[in-house]
Amino acid sequence: MNAPLIEGLYREGEPIADSAAPDVPIDRMWTQRQFDAKLVNPANRRKLDVIIVGTGLAGASAGATLGEAGYNVKSFCYQDSPRRAHSIAAQGGINAAKNYKGDGDSIYRLFYDTTKGGDYRSRESNTYRLAEVSADIIDQCVAQGVPFAREYGGLLDNRSFGGVQVSRTFYARGQTGQQLLIGAYQALERQIGAGTVKMYSRHEMLELIVIDDGAGPRARGIIARDMVTGEIETHLADAVVLASGGYGNVYFLSTNAMGCNVTASWRAHRKGAYFANPCYTQIHPTCIPVSGDHQSKLTLMSESLRNDGRIWVPKRIEDCEKDPREIPTEDRDYYLERLYPAFGNLVPRDIASRQAKNMCDEGRGVGPKVGDFRRGVYLDFRDAIERLGEDAVRNKYGNLFDMYKQITGEDPYQVPMRIYPAVHYTMGGLWVDYDLQSSIPGLFVTGEANFSDHGANRLGASALMQGLADGYFVLPNTIRNYLADGPYEPIDPTHPAVIEAQDSVESRIQMLLGISGERSVDSFHKELGHIMWEYCGMERTEEGLRKAIDLIRSLREEFWRNVRVLGSADTLNQSLEKAGRVADFLELGELMCIDALHRRESCGGHFRAESQTEDGEALRNDDEFLYVGGWEWGGEGESPVLHKETLSYKFIELKQRSYK
Amino acid sequence: MNLTLKIWRQSGPSDKGGMATYPIEGVSDDMSFLEMLDVLNEGLIAEGEEPVAFDSDCREGICGTCGVMINGEAHGPERTTTCQLHMRSFRDGDEIVIEPWRADAFPVIKDLVVDRGAFDRIIQSGGYISANTGSAPDAHATPVPKDQADRAFMAAECISCGACVAACPNGSASLFMGAKITHLGEFPQGQPERDARVQSMSAQHDAEGFGGCTNLGECTRACPKGIPLNVISQMNGDLLRSLRHGR
Amino acid sequence: MATSTISAGTRPRTSSIVLKTVMAVTGLIFLGFILAHMYGNLMIFGGEEQFNEYAHHLRTFGSPMLPEGGFLWVMRVTLLVSLVLHVASAVTLWRRAGSARTKGYYQRKGQWARFVKNSMRWGGVAIFIFVIFHLLHFTTHTINIGGSYDNPADRLVASFEQWWAVLIYLFAVVALGMHLLHGVWSAGMTLGLNTSLEAAERLRLAAILVASVVVVGFAAPPVAILLGLIP
Ligand SMILES: Cc1cc2nc3c(=O)[nH]c(=O)nc-3n(C[C@H](O)[C@H](O)[C@H](O)COP(=O)(O)OP(=O)(O)OC[C@H]3O[C@@H](n4cnc5c(N)ncnc54)[C@H](O)[C@@H]3O)c2cc1C
Ligand code: HEM
Ligand code: HEM
Ligand code: SF4
Ligand code: F3S
Ligand code: FES
Repeated sequence: MNAPLIEGLYREGEPIADSAAPDVPIDRMWTQRQFDAKLVNPANRRKLDVIIVGTGLAGASAGATLGEAGYNVKSFCYQDSPRRAHSIAAQGGINAAKNYKGDGDSIYRLFYDTTKGGDYRSRESNTYRLAEVSADIIDQCVAQGVPFAREYGGLLDNRSFGGVQVSRTFYARGQTGQQLLIGAYQALERQIGAGTVKMYSRHEMLELIVIDDGAGPRARGIIARDMVTGEIETHLADAVVLASGGYGNVYFLSTNAMGCNVTASWRAHRKGAYFANPCYTQIHPTCIPVSGDHQSKLTLMSESLRNDGRIWVPKRIEDCEKDPREIPTEDRDYYLERLYPAFGNLVPRDIASRQAKNMCDEGRGVGPKVGDFRRGVYLDFRDAIERLGEDAVRNKYGNLFDMYKQITGEDPYQVPMRIYPAVHYTMGGLWVDYDLQSSIPGLFVTGEANFSDHGANRLGASALMQGLADGYFVLPNTIRNYLADGPYEPIDPTHPAVIEAQDSVESRIQMLLGISGERSVDSFHKELGHIMWEYCGMERTEEGLRKAIDLIRSLREEFWRNVRVLGSADTLNQSLEKAGRVADFLELGELMCIDALHRRESCGGHFRAESQTEDGEALRNDDEFLYVGGWEWGGEGESPVLHKETLSYKFIELKQRSYK
Repeated sequence: MNLTLKIWRQSGPSDKGGMATYPIEGVSDDMSFLEMLDVLNEGLIAEGEEPVAFDSDCREGICGTCGVMINGEAHGPERTTTCQLHMRSFRDGDEIVIEPWRADAFPVIKDLVVDRGAFDRIIQSGGYISANTGSAPDAHATPVPKDQADRAFMAAECISCGACVAACPNGSASLFMGAKITHLGEFPQGQPERDARVQSMSAQHDAEGFGGCTNLGECTRACPKGIPLNVISQMNGDLLRSLRHGR
Repeated sequence: MATSTISAGTRPRTSSIVLKTVMAVTGLIFLGFILAHMYGNLMIFGGEEQFNEYAHHLRTFGSPMLPEGGFLWVMRVTLLVSLVLHVASAVTLWRRAGSARTKGYYQRKGQWARFVKNSMRWGGVAIFIFVIFHLLHFTTHTINIGGSYDNPADRLVASFEQWWAVLIYLFAVVALGMHLLHGVWSAGMTLGLNTSLEAAERLRLAAILVASVVVVGFAAPPVAILLGLIP
């Protein structure tokens, strides 16, 4: 790589383009693509092997659909059952442009809201398609028996979500994710029973196999570790799909499940897949605050609480230790209502989060000190209880209040809740084209693991939509175009590329076990998380990011010298699993900081202190940064290479967001 | 607070295993039960002893991954999942006995981790509605009366944690199965396969080596989602109905 | 293409649920007999005459359609077949439950449920042994207590003037009551009668009612005789 080093951190490579989207008006694009994509004769499907890593909404739905179609599917997840993928935890709902309420919703409006919500950093064609297939998702799920909320008339109920003006969110109480995932899981189990899908649970993908059969490199399989026996297995296929979820756990504390990781994506990245917009992270404003050093994860409280709860902190720092009930109204600062009179407590996630942090940084945070810092603001239902009565509040939010009480031991009917922002979702991910194919032919990426549909910020209730859209409707149609040219040349399990992949996995495991240093894996993970949260969290600065990069580099160096992983490789070994994941986070974290550093604008979840308006609001820079940043692995110890995909907005007008 | 933990340690599926005792200090009220185990494990690692293996993922009570017997009760003294149990439910000086789910259909993999694959195989045998992708009619084509939809939802809340099996004196998975059969059986969409589903699933249940239910009701007491016993009765009724239909 | 739907592989003839159903149905047949039997026993309060008439009527019931004693035999065969099925199912389920958890817990709560489980099994066995004793006593007259009488009422009175005989019967009746306390609830569950939380309450009440009636109804005659309330 001869391109000059920029800022001492990265190089710039050739721009990239999405070559798969047909050049027709946006509302005909998907129909056209489905028509153009080559067909696979049913008799041939049995001869085509597809590996799917991940059984969340994106992976399970794809596995079920490809299995039904008759392909030979191998499905992987690290949990003990495919039904436990992290999609299960989603609470709020799933969007679809059904317009069942007759309130003026349409495909275009959903497309518009999603694009605007993403602060104009997503690809139009993908977002439009997402809106287009959204209605089919609901039909499919209902047919499977997903118990969505219904009205007394027997029809489906909707609510509005995340500050949009139409009611298009379908939900199943506070557990929409669980119900949707069970639907997809059952469809997957049906195919497992039918023999079209073979399930490998408690298997972790540790390497991607890329082989050049003369026609250029292609993804041809994976190396996975059986987490029970420790066996390193090679699985070969005609195509590989990654549906391995998001990487929010790089922050250690997040609303993600303990096992969420970047390993599958990162290994693919190291084999040539571009990683797009890694710095785009969504921070959710209403989570239960950290209570101490022992904390292992953060719990999300539904955003709907902001409809009736009022957010405040004491005006004076001295009051922060007081019982909140004893602070009179005139000594309270309802800061969101003060700063954003029009939207008040209902400002979008990124703004609510950032302002909470600002209050705590000023020293006006509340709750117990963690370290020497109070991280929390009040979410107070006193006025709502006065206005509506306790019973009405209980009816609306009872289960959330109970959950809060269970976790904190405090009764929110009596004392105000304490909330604080937490990392929740990662918009960045592996770069894919309109076909959801990554920059490695034969490697497809779906769901949260890809970057494609949410730009710099994700609107509530749209991740579930994307996962299922990708898995049920998009991927099965686009992957056939690739598979139609198969079956590809059979791969000998002793092919040098396979052996090399196996060896690298095995030697890495041996290395981790052999270091026998002083520090536990968790202690490294916590420290990394701390660095990421401080410098690459809600607000980022040039100086902070540079510092973070240095800190991460030295932490990584220490990790490979001083980590302590006990036990052996040939049994269930949870420390070893964690160690591998943290090792990859330590590389990803640096890339995230580099990406955040190079993007000198504020957009969506990415707020750069240097790029703000006079009154402290995010300032986007469309002239310089209207592109997707696709990062290529530069090689061990080398700088990454940036490939830009310029975004062009033909069907939507670019606007500055304002919530004043 | 300071506690004494008695934990089942078993190095692998074929190891005999046994109880081990660990004192632990400085546990705070705010910790979840699993965070307390995290703290124990950090201590064990520091001393060069292998940490205690236990399963967890979401840690918010929804994925169903976690679950151990705590002082002889599945998920411990409160009706919740192990990950949502907090240490304020215990007192300074308590001795806490921690064991894996015990059922021959759930073999122990290591320490507190068991293999619940049997649940997946029961679902495989018929715990679904056959609806191929893309073939679905409009969602509003079949209205579902709200009380039916609500009952289906109640049953669908099952998180497959396995506490019902662990608590049942007969090692029966009837509550888990009944929940699924009730969930799918309440919907019009679930009717065509209703007879075959209950037959196939109950045959698989027995083949996995779960015991028969004698309606003792421990399962529902242990269930973190409060799945009621009437789902078991529903399943029984459905099976009889299917036999009357002469399948 | 794999458009599979559920195919019920093995027909679940011996599935646990079917066995449970067999137990429930045979159990309810027993219950029917028990209630009738209890009603008959209570005739003793109407005096020796009435009781003897009842015992005789039992033999001529259904005549002339059935030969003398015919009804009795139909009933006996039904009871015997039921007993075989009931016990065979109980033993099979018992064995299955036993192998469902071969490694027990170090510490265990939920003692009540385990007590109920065990009392159903051992209580059933106790009832079985009692019935054999009871048949030898009242039906075949192999065992004589308090002297040998041909008149049913005399036999009864003579037997229960012995305190230890009353004790044996009371013990059996309590075992039966406990068996029914759980059994009626359980049979209702098995037959699909618990359809809601309210139905569950009703079923529990029905079980308590049946069990109490049976215990009181059976215990009354022997106790009354022992106390000399019946001449
Ligand atoms: C608390 C919470 C609430 C949310 N609420 C909402 C909501 O209301 N609405 C909404 O639209 N979105 C919501 N989201 C976001 C949404 O749930 C996720 O973005 C989405 O479910 C991701 O689905 P997925 O299929 O891409 O990945 P996941 O569901 O995360 O699945 C990842 C899969 O990959 C597997 N995997 C990962 N790595 C490996 C590996 N190395 N080897 C093998 N297997 C691997 C895992 O086992 C798993 O099966 C919420 C998220 C959280 C955390
Ligand atoms: C204290 C209470 C009881 C009394 C006084 C009593 C009395 C009698 C008498 C007098 C007979 C003989 C009837 C006849 O052959 O003419 C009889 C028969 C019988 N009893 Fe009881 N009994 C009592 C309790 C029970 C119980 C608890 C059971 C069962 C669990 C039972 C089961 C039977 C059976 C099976 C027969 C035989 C019927 C037949 O086939 O002839 N009895 N009993
Ligand atoms: C050897 C004799 C017997 C044995 C071993 C036995 C055992 C059992 C067992 C194990 C059960 C299942 C309990 C449960 O579901 O929790 C049961 C149920 C029952 N038994 Fe018996 N029993 C015997 C005799 C009797 C007799 C004599 C009667 C009649 C009065 C009777 C009436 C019932 C009833 C009504 C049930 C409920 C059926 C059900 O569970 O669905 N049993 N018995
Ligand atoms: S029924 Fe309850 S206890 Fe059993 S698996 Fe489901 S949630 Fe767990
Ligand atoms: S405890 Fe067991 S016996 Fe039946 S009612 Fe529950 S499964
Ligand atoms: S870890 Fe998910 S339910 Fe406890």
